[in-house]
Amino acid sequence: MNWNLFLTELVVGITQGSVYALIALGYSMVYGILKLLNFAHGDVYMVGAFIGFGLITVFGGATALSINIAVLLVLMFAAAMLGGGVLGVMIERFAYRRLRNAPRIAPLITALGVAFFLENSAQLVLGAQFQSYNTYAWNNGSLWSNGFTLPSGVHVALAQIIVVVGALLLVVLLSFFVRSTQTGKAMRATSFDREAASMMGIDVDRVIVVTFFIGSALAGAAGVFNCLVYQQLWPYMGFQAGLFAFTAAVVGGIGNLPGAVLGGLVIGLASSFATGYVSSTFQQAIVFAILIVVMLVRPSGLLGRAAVQKV
Amino acid sequence: MDGGQEIPKIPARPDEGEPGIRVGVDDWVATHEQRRERLSGPLGRLQREIERTPRPAFYVAFGVAAALIPALTSNGYVIRVGFDTLLYMLLCLGLNVVVGYAGLLDLGYIAFFGFGAYLYAMLASPHFGLHWDTLFVVPIAVVATGLLGLLVALPSRRLVGDYLAIVTLFFGQLFYTVFQNGSRISLLGIGHHSWDVTGGPNGIVDIDNWDLAGLKIGSVQGYYYVALVVFLLSLTAVFLIDTSRTGRAWKSLREDPLAAELMGIPVNRLKLVAFAISAAIGGLAGTLFAGLNTAVFAADFYTPTLIIVYAMLILGGAGSLGGVIIGAIVVNVSLEALRTPGHATWIFYTLIVASIVAKVRPWRWVVIVLGGTIGLGYVLIAIANQWFPRWTEGEPTIGGWLGEWLNQWVLHPSNPQMIGNVAFVILVFAVLGLMLLKPILLWIAMIPTLYLTAFVWQNRLVVEPSITRLILVGVILIVLMNVRPQGLLGAARVEIV
Repeated sequence: MNWNLFLTELVVGITQGSVYALIALGYSMVYGILKLLNFAHGDVYMVGAFIGFGLITVFGGATALSINIAVLLVLMFAAAMLGGGVLGVMIERFAYRRLRNAPRIAPLITALGVAFFLENSAQLVLGAQFQSYNTYAWNNGSLWSNGFTLPSGVHVALAQIIVVVGALLLVVLLSFFVRSTQTGKAMRATSFDREAASMMGIDVDRVIVVTFFIGSALAGAAGVFNCLVYQQLWPYMGFQAGLFAFTAAVVGGIGNLPGAVLGGLVIGLASSFATGYVSSTFQQAIVFAILIVVMLVRPSGLLGRAAVQKV
Repeated sequence: MDGGQEIPKIPARPDEGEPGIRVGVDDWVATHEQRRERLSGPLGRLQREIERTPRPAFYVAFGVAAALIPALTSNGYVIRVGFDTLLYMLLCLGLNVVVGYAGLLDLGYIAFFGFGAYLYAMLASPHFGLHWDTLFVVPIAVVATGLLGLLVALPSRRLVGDYLAIVTLFFGQLFYTVFQNGSRISLLGIGHHSWDVTGGPNGIVDIDNWDLAGLKIGSVQGYYYVALVVFLLSLTAVFLIDTSRTGRAWKSLREDPLAAELMGIPVNRLKLVAFAISAAIGGLAGTLFAGLNTAVFAADFYTPTLIIVYAMLILGGAGSLGGVIIGAIVVNVSLEALRTPGHATWIFYTLIVASIVAKVRPWRWVVIVLGGTIGLGYVLIAIANQWFPRWTEGEPTIGGWLGEWLNQWVLHPSNPQMIGNVAFVILVFAVLGLMLLKPILLWIAMIPTLYLTAFVWQNRLVVEPSITRLILVGVILIVLMNVRPQGLLGAARVEIV
């Protein structure tokens, strides 16, 4: 067995999986509260990536940075999360709020329209071509040469460590927020039963706005994380990422936050092993197969509880 | 014997003697017509007349009108647009079965269209050296696509609508990837031989034309008529299904799957049937597409086409056959007109002025808003001429007297791309902001927003028609769903809780 290939794909899979996990969390949170499949979520991720790219460009581009890299990274994350969060709140306010009690198909089609609008607007404003963070050029590639090397010779780059640790940090913060704060409790109550929550004096509108803000902020951060490692970004990047992340949310059990993280890792590993051992063309097919199998065998997901439909 | 006791007479059922009300129809259903909102006055009378006319009369009228178009014009472009519109109608018709009747969100629909097209291409082109008879290939493609639809719906039949949406969306993506890379299919790395199944990014070209038992269809006119006949036949078939038991069962499934199941309706089987029929119609449209274009590429069957078909269905009104026709005509003709900046500008400004006239009240504010916008434009041009000459140095983007008049009050900066992009983003925020305002303040805020709209249109949108049309399709979906979810012709549904 070729351990080198295995370990390489393992490292790539965990990195990629952390990104999917962050996107899947937002999907799962929104679904848990509104029972809405927010197709536009993947495009929030795209916008986050472009906000990071904008900051790199503003500070002189990757080859001639005018400020410290650490400061820039912090700025990029703050801006991408804030921008993503605000975008998510705007989408909720202007596209979904009026449809909260509409037939289920209406918000889904609206979400499709929002995704389509964001992608094409991005193409109009930013151009259709691929851009690159070009972080290889930062500080003579220190993000890439630094890090550590596994005994078998597989190199784990600093950028990958930043992504995994950063994602982990955000997940821990989120779970603290959901478990221990007043708003987090309100969120859980709302996702359990929206009507009952509003009768208990919970401001459901506010909870939904907070949910969209946090979920979309995580997606914005995921956009920057992704491009730190994989460099490339373009207006349609959100579509496939959204699809994979949604699969991750379903695999873990939709509405279940630890499940979303687990699902993200499963999908990340599956797609990276598919690329390494079969071919990158089959990546999509394998993730699709996982989705079908999970839905046939365990529709409630790995960690989800089977939902009982109430009448 | 009878003890003198008189058996009390059972009171007459309230529905006896009233011919309009049938057994099994309760009060709520029987008075449904009275509760529908109707316009008053002559328009209301017209509406009632239209409602009284049997629907097939409209379809026949449409068929006759459509058949006359090639007789009235010999312009190949017009007939080509007509063919595309008919093709879109056929696609919409199929989508209407699954989305409009059964209420299932099928986001992989376009893959069935592509599958039918590719199947026709493979069986009637030099790609595999097969040149089978059209009358043989088309039924094969339709049946095979129907079976594929069944296969896709199978794993998700027990799941709620959202899962179905994601599975079908994924399926559509997968279809695109597979057909885009299908030029070197090897059996999962076994052996070194690989087969070129789909032609990959080069597609399949030199496809045979349709040949109906010796009648070769070679011209756009010919295809137009074939498409019209195919559409009318499919329309009849769908109309008959719609008015049958199956059609009514689909609608009950759409309104409330749980209640339908409790009433003994075989929900799962109906979902699969809806999927199969819709996929088969998509496949049929695909064979027509491949026949006329004589070439298929995976990129023709990708998300943008899907969203356009959805926009048509939603605009016309999901669940309405007349809506399918109207939606396809309106959307396809507008999208086609967008390719020419002059036409697009006419449509764009007419729509804006019409919606202001329709929505702004009292009337004097219509004049103030429109006049204020143009006045603001003249002031800005004067200011720019005096101090910022670069803002008027750009090239005008459209000609004609309308273009010349617009140029008098719309700024054209020397670098329209950069400024236009920024203005576009500001415009999106401004329009969203308007939605939060109340009248008077809203009318006043509309003046600069309208000016900004004209500015963005002239400088940016009109020069990028291929992206602009897609952005507008997205906007149509969002706005319609929020403002008039039943579309132009669909009936508003009463939500019963």
